[in-house]
Amino acid sequence: MQRKDHIVDRRDVLLHMEDMNKAFPGVQALSNVDLEVRAGEIHGLIGENGAGKSTLMKILTGVYTKDSGQLRIEGERVEIIDPHHAQQLGISIIYQEFNLMPNLTVAENVFIGREPDRFQFIRWGDLRQQTQELLDLLGIHLSPRETVRDLSVAEQQMVEIAKALSIQSRIIIMDEPTSALTDTEVESLFHIMRSLKEQGLGVIFISHRLEEVFEICDRITVLRDGENVGTRNVEDVTPDEVIHMMVGRALGELFQKETSAKSGDVVLEVHDVMRTGTVLDPSAIALNNVNFQLHRGEILGLAGLIGSGRTALARVIFGADTMDRGEIYIDGERVDVHSPEHAIRHGMGFVPEDRQGQALILSMAVRKNVSLAKLGDLTNYGFVDGVEEKQIVEHYVDTLQIRTPSLDQKVMYLSGGNQQKVVIAKWLALEPKILIMDEPTRGIDVGAKAEVHALMNQLAQQGVGIIMISSELPEILGMSDRILCMREGQVVGELSRDEATPERVMRLLTTEEQVEVHNAQPKQERRNKHE
Amino acid sequence: MNRATDAAVEQQPAKETEDRQFDVTAVLGRFAALIFLIVLGTAFAILEPAFVNPINLFNVLRQVSVYGLLAIGMTFVILTAGIDLSIGSLLALSGLVVAAVEKGSTGLLTGAAAGEASGYPLPVAILAAVIVGMAGGGLQGLAITRLRVPPFVVTLGGLSAFRGAALVFSGGQPISAFSEDFRYWGQGFIGPVPVPVVIFLSFAVLAYIVLRYTRYGRYIYAVGGNLEAARLSGLNTDRLVASVYVIMGFFAGLSGFVLAARLNSAEQVAGLGYELTVIAGVVIGGTSLFGGEGGIFGTIIGVLLIGVLNNGLTLMNVSSYYQQIIIGIIIVFAVFFDQMIKRRQR
Repeated sequence: MQRKDHIVDRRDVLLHMEDMNKAFPGVQALSNVDLEVRAGEIHGLIGENGAGKSTLMKILTGVYTKDSGQLRIEGERVEIIDPHHAQQLGISIIYQEFNLMPNLTVAENVFIGREPDRFQFIRWGDLRQQTQELLDLLGIHLSPRETVRDLSVAEQQMVEIAKALSIQSRIIIMDEPTSALTDTEVESLFHIMRSLKEQGLGVIFISHRLEEVFEICDRITVLRDGENVGTRNVEDVTPDEVIHMMVGRALGELFQKETSAKSGDVVLEVHDVMRTGTVLDPSAIALNNVNFQLHRGEILGLAGLIGSGRTALARVIFGADTMDRGEIYIDGERVDVHSPEHAIRHGMGFVPEDRQGQALILSMAVRKNVSLAKLGDLTNYGFVDGVEEKQIVEHYVDTLQIRTPSLDQKVMYLSGGNQQKVVIAKWLALEPKILIMDEPTRGIDVGAKAEVHALMNQLAQQGVGIIMISSELPEILGMSDRILCMREGQVVGELSRDEATPERVMRLLTTEEQVEVHNAQPKQERRNKHE
Repeated sequence: MNRATDAAVEQQPAKETEDRQFDVTAVLGRFAALIFLIVLGTAFAILEPAFVNPINLFNVLRQVSVYGLLAIGMTFVILTAGIDLSIGSLLALSGLVVAAVEKGSTGLLTGAAAGEASGYPLPVAILAAVIVGMAGGGLQGLAITRLRVPPFVVTLGGLSAFRGAALVFSGGQPISAFSEDFRYWGQGFIGPVPVPVVIFLSFAVLAYIVLRYTRYGRYIYAVGGNLEAARLSGLNTDRLVASVYVIMGFFAGLSGFVLAARLNSAEQVAGLGYELTVIAGVVIGGTSLFGGEGGIFGTIIGVLLIGVLNNGLTLMNVSSYYQQIIIGIIIVFAVFFDQMIKRRQR
């Protein structure tokens, strides 16, 4: 199987999907899509949400049956019947959410259902040794005895990869594997992916992050509206060209912050906030003496690696978690925020990072999701004023251009970008003074991303103070007026828009360096520059 | 589960569902229980003409009224993804309370209390029963929200504790032989319609309106659909969750009264095992045990279905032992059918 020559002949083609068609009621999800993956290749599959990536992969893994088309593995024609069959053919998929049993060990998970046994008794020694060999092969530093629950997201992902390898997979599909990883973790994932490639496997890499696609992939296939727009060698294209292929139009600079924000008065001040891990959840991230100010009309970027306390800080400010010590001032007045209910009353809104888990009620209609936080104002004698509700929801659905067949569509049927807009609409309906957005564009496509950014600019211009948490450095740098860098529960540095470079921010997040935190007064010089 | 939703999202949107209104499976799914009820009713009518006799039909309704009242409360509870196993015991306790207050003493306390054995007016007695029910439910609601013990466990405790309380309260003796005014609420008629049926349907309509048109109702669905999202949207989720157990307690108290009036006796063993029948009715009616989906309309159908099945089978001389087997099977298939339809819609 070891092969590294660059001449491609038919044998090198691991997988060939030809003329794939799949229709769902009312929509042609795939039309005549071709996809070819070679041995020893990392193949990027990209496209906006709804472009057909998942459908194509679900056909490959036997979750859906194709309407028509041919599928060849190593030149041999196959009909994949079900997921189990796909697995037997050597096709593995690693989803964003993992299929691991958290209560079992690494070794038990890797060989689940295929444990080496004798008379139905598991041979634990062999199990651990075989797992260890796999982990070594992949260069993963984990013990087979560790319980999966105790592992980080990145480590769990590696267990999934080891599992895929243990069933002799030839094709490994990774669906947005980096979306929950920090930059260092992404590096080690890429390291493993390269080693899979060297072993002659074909890897299909689905990602919204173009920089990553360009870093790791050999070739890219772009889907748009269920069609293959083209397959290219990475060396032959630029990110701009790929974006053009994805959206059918060239986007100018991504992450463009409009020169706006005449930073106004301080709307929010956070003073000496502390939070320690609790008994029930010792892994809770402590916040250590956090201080900062947020101004009207400002976008304050909150940068940090996962686990640095960014989300913990956002949740404490919004009252979703309690703080052990500290004060919060809104418009100069001390407020006690015990719960989100209080926070909302004080003019705050919060877009959490986990859209489906924490922000949306998937089984409810768009209308009910948008009006949920606002419902108190839309009620007469306990009854919801349906007419007024509809007017308000319609207004925000129009403003945000939420694409939905009707207001009564359940949000679970919307695309990721539109779901995120529903969350944002919910808060806009309340006309907040302060909006905290945790990863506001995670997992949504390029077009929707640009729309969300435009909206944030617009809100800032209207005087809303925005705190934006993001793992994407370009987004932080592009959108923020000011950047707070967090590490281990502390603010380790504050950079103005002009001071911030990717290298500086990264250094603050990952090394022991600190920058003196200027106490957040609006910087006179910068304001002048903008005017 | 999330992945499944992601899938639905990605493979794409919108247009797919416009066609849904023409989708037969969707209609079937929505009205599965109703269709089954009609089919079953028709079958019984053909096989056993006595079934369609109006007197028999009202009898069925009267029999399901107590279950029905409880099922209304249970719908609120299950919509929040909770469960209440204590209702049978709470019903017994409230039944004894209403009886004792009305008669002025429990059967046993002939000593000190017997002196004032003249009794209190009926409204006071009913109020006492309902308050006991709501207090019992409220206690459980607090345990669930403050102590963070799962509803299943808390109400399993309640199942035992309230039954015990009922025994302590009455000293193990039933309280019976009520005034005519009292019995009217269980045995009387308004026109041809039994009073319990009127009570049941009135509260069903009220609950339907509350769940469908009020802010509170909307919040109940939100809490059941996604507790954390509801909390982060500013809902006081603890208070909302606790409130459904108070509502459940109210209905346990009320049905304790209705049952005592119907049987002309309040007993410690009243309502034994009712929780299972009631939960079955709610689930057959399409309310999801995972919360956030379902409603009162389905619950009424579900409860009627169980009533009709029991009655029809009895008329056809099927032993009540077999009836239990049949109902058990139907519960499983109702949920299976519901899930199958939902999967098809993906």
